[in-house]
Amino acid sequence: MSKPEKLLDKKGLRLDGRKLDELRPIKMEVGVLNNADGSAYLEQGKNKVLAAVYGPKEVHPKHLALADRAILRCRYHMAPFSVEERKSPAPSRREIELSKVIREALEPAVFLEYYPRTAIDIFIEILQADGGTRCAGITTAALALADAGVPMRDLVVACAAGKVDGKLALDLMDLEDKYGEADVPLAMMPGINAVTLLQMDGSLTLEEFQKAVKMAMEGCKQIYEMQKKALKAKYVAIKEEIQE
Amino acid sequence: MPTFFEPKELVTPGDLLAEGNYMAGENAYCENKKVFAARIGLVEYDNRKVRVVALRAFYIPRIGDIVIGIVTEVGFNGWEVDINAPYTAVLRASDVLERGFRPQKNDLLSILDIGDLIVAKVAAYDRGSNPIIKISEPGLGKISRGQLIKVTPTKIPRIIGRKGSMITMIKRETNCRITLGQNGLIIVSGKNHEDERLAIMALRKIEEESHTSGLTDRIAEMIRKQKEGRKNV
Repeated sequence: MSKPEKLLDKKGLRLDGRKLDELRPIKMEVGVLNNADGSAYLEQGKNKVLAAVYGPKEVHPKHLALADRAILRCRYHMAPFSVEERKSPAPSRREIELSKVIREALEPAVFLEYYPRTAIDIFIEILQADGGTRCAGITTAALALADAGVPMRDLVVACAAGKVDGKLALDLMDLEDKYGEADVPLAMMPGINAVTLLQMDGSLTLEEFQKAVKMAMEGCKQIYEMQKKALKAKYVAIKEEIQE
Repeated sequence: MPTFFEPKELVTPGDLLAEGNYMAGENAYCENKKVFAARIGLVEYDNRKVRVVALRAFYIPRIGDIVIGIVTEVGFNGWEVDINAPYTAVLRASDVLERGFRPQKNDLLSILDIGDLIVAKVAAYDRGSNPIIKISEPGLGKISRGQLIKVTPTKIPRIIGRKGSMITMIKRETNCRITLGQNGLIIVSGKNHEDERLAIMALRKIEEESHTSGLTDRIAEMIRKQKEGRKNV
């Protein structure tokens, strides 16, 4: 898509009609894959993300195993059809970097020290991308980990804030990310109030940055509630069915 | 010293369960005098101890557990067995053979081959090395018949029921022999396929509805209904 004339209209609404501090509509589902130990699916606006977790299991190749804790391995991958121009399915520089960043965002949440000499594998597949996929990926992967029964300190949630047409905005989509002034993705564990990922792309003043971080945190907390609801949904449904 | 949930309420990782002078039990952890959940499950408050009965978990071996395993490799002096845990278990030939093991004489393949199912007991396990299992006790050893099903390991206690109420009821009603492995594998063997099918159906229902109350009665009713249906056909 080409560059739009303006990212905000006269009323201050964004291209998709959202207010500045509004999230995209989010849909989550847990346990969507039968063959993975844990899985989750998320739609956030036009983003569609699938995550699968395997393990803990024995590490292959064996020399990667650590004697005192489990290793977490993460693969972030965009499907060739996830973007407008076909993307080569081979992992790009960007995907390799995001895999690392996502792994580091999830690592503090998992009790890796409980299961020495094992590996936990996370696969994040972006089926359709529309900006903010690293955040969507982290949110989905955390759900898949919880679904796999991996003990965690807290669920990890991620959300971005940024600056478009001179105004701070929550949860940027692709066009706003590309043509806006700045993007601040943030991942956190809201239950224990800890930030696990914080990046910035573009330029912001110190005050704007602090405001953007606060904004992203608010967004995270909203998504966190949805995550919990999605995790419980399956069990709540069965319980209600029986009580009827 | 408040607690924040009703007993048996559904919690997710990161939920604050209790604050103050509490201890963290299974699937919970304590930080700065606050107890949080580490897994999705049902919370239980037991005096000072707060624990979560997990709805999703994997099997971690414990010494003395009865497990069901599948032989995956035959080595020179033992077998490797998949026990549905993060670690593969080791079964030593010296444990299986009564009169000492002589590699020249004993053919391990003729005793247990790859793919064989065994009921075993966890003999030794620590963080540093893979679990060792044994089959040298009555009731343990190779399984030759029955159907194998897999359930979430944390639901085994629910399948057993209080003092074995659930499992004895299913055994009695379906006339099946049911061997439970603590690792979530179950062998069901009955006189005919219909009986086995019914027992498996009951086990699956327990797995699905383990977090609800009054389950034993509902399962009993289901089995009775199914049996009546069969007679009428």
